[in-house]
Amino acid sequence: MDIATLAFSALYQFGDAFAFLVLSACGLAVIFGMMGVINLAHGEFIMCGAYVTAATVHAGLPLPLGILCGTLASAFVGVLVELLVIRHLYERPLDTIVATWGLSLIATQGTLILVGSTMAGVGTPFGSFQVGAYSYSIYRIVLFVAALAVLAALYALFNWTRFGVLARATIQVPHMAAALGVDTRLIYSLTFACGAGLAGLAGGLYAPTMTLVPTMGATFIMEAFVTVVIGGADVFLGTAPAGGILAIVKSGMTSWQGQLFGQIGLLIAVIIVVRVLPKGISGFVLRERT
Amino acid sequence: MSGSRRSIWGRRMRKEVILTTVGLRAGYGGKPVLQGLEIEVREGEIVAVIGRNGVGKSTLMKSLIGLVPAMSGSIVYRGEAVEHLPAHKRARLGMGYVPQGRDVFPRLTVGENIAVGAAIKGGGIPEEGRQRVIGAFPILRERWSQRAGTMSGGQQQQLAIGRVLIADPNLILLDEPSEGIQPNIVQDIARNMVELNRRTGVTIILVEQNLDMIRAMAQRAYVMDKGRITASLEREALDDAAEMRRHLAV
Repeated sequence: MDIATLAFSALYQFGDAFAFLVLSACGLAVIFGMMGVINLAHGEFIMCGAYVTAATVHAGLPLPLGILCGTLASAFVGVLVELLVIRHLYERPLDTIVATWGLSLIATQGTLILVGSTMAGVGTPFGSFQVGAYSYSIYRIVLFVAALAVLAALYALFNWTRFGVLARATIQVPHMAAALGVDTRLIYSLTFACGAGLAGLAGGLYAPTMTLVPTMGATFIMEAFVTVVIGGADVFLGTAPAGGILAIVKSGMTSWQGQLFGQIGLLIAVIIVVRVLPKGISGFVLRERT
Repeated sequence: MSGSRRSIWGRRMRKEVILTTVGLRAGYGGKPVLQGLEIEVREGEIVAVIGRNGVGKSTLMKSLIGLVPAMSGSIVYRGEAVEHLPAHKRARLGMGYVPQGRDVFPRLTVGENIAVGAAIKGGGIPEEGRQRVIGAFPILRERWSQRAGTMSGGQQQQLAIGRVLIADPNLILLDEPSEGIQPNIVQDIARNMVELNRRTGVTIILVEQNLDMIRAMAQRAYVMDKGRITASLEREALDDAAEMRRHLAV
């Protein structure tokens, strides 16, 4: 095998790992990174997105519309969860952990009871292409592009729109935002819904590549938390570089020693980064900048 | 009858009441800090609230804007009882709050901080408002794209005031604007606020310990002690150094 195909293979695996890390994490980056809500039900928002996507595709919708439905369904569930549970616990982070863990158990078991132990999947679209001796899935490239697009959209949303500026203001100094006329409850609801919707989007995008089982959220949640913890509070300055660094570690370790070592590599990376940069990459970047 | 002056001219000059509190009790937890506080402020006035540390001056400001809940009593603003309204609704009625310690959004730029203040009106920063704010505080134009948390105390104070001015308030609650700021900027701010008051007729309630700033701005003052108003001073009394020191002594 020549250098070029080897390089392509490494790049492809990096892109695949990057997309998975970023798409798993971006919803959590909004809910945990920005808002500070430790949401252990993040994986179940992803599961919700995947299930709704699959169900709507089975009902005859094309995949992109199905993914849109999955995203909106998760965002809607996010609004309900914020209204009924999270809103009452903003000052009590430990209770939030228990509550969201409970939600996660209820969602997993509820899905098992209502839908059964597995749901018919959706075929992976686009087929594959050949480079050297190996064949690669075109859909994985689509996922990589989607991850970049989501990062760009988040950057634009939180920096260039009125909602984004009000959301950042509300999260930084809530009482002052309220005193300036911002309906902070509404902003919190919408921001939480945005995070939940992004989780649903991740689920929808990965639905064609996975077996749909009620516990599928667990596949995402470790990667999501690791990326957000390393990235720190800023969605764009944190999640993007964290995704990049972790993707190198994960794809490198995986192709060297297999899947298990990829996961171990992630955990070691998070321990080292948190030791050196307690506020994550974005905390470091922002301190340097000021 | 609201007027106490005899002169028919005086009575005709008298402006509408913009804010009244009656028997206001407010505070944190179960124990009220304000214990039946009563003030009356007329449109276009600059009224200082003075008193020693810890008598509840900042709590009064917070309860007027709605950040500290009223337990009993009433707050009437432009004829409407507002004591049960949340802070953001009071702001939308035209109250502008400049807190002690300034509380700018540290990781937003100067422009974004002002955009939050302008959001009440719906939409972005109006050009006319922007000119008004940077006309009063030219430093904000220079620092427009800088993160607010990286500015000096005096610059942050000007931003905190600019952030409420952009929404064109009827009443500004100004809580210790001179705290931790160098004297020439204190003078600048005082002069700007007085000029603004003359030009637009905006009403200002000023909590302050700095005698120079009180004299430069206030037309009269309430003296507060233990959560109540204990005296009301007219302009002449504000110039009486001995009496003022007695009220402000820590």
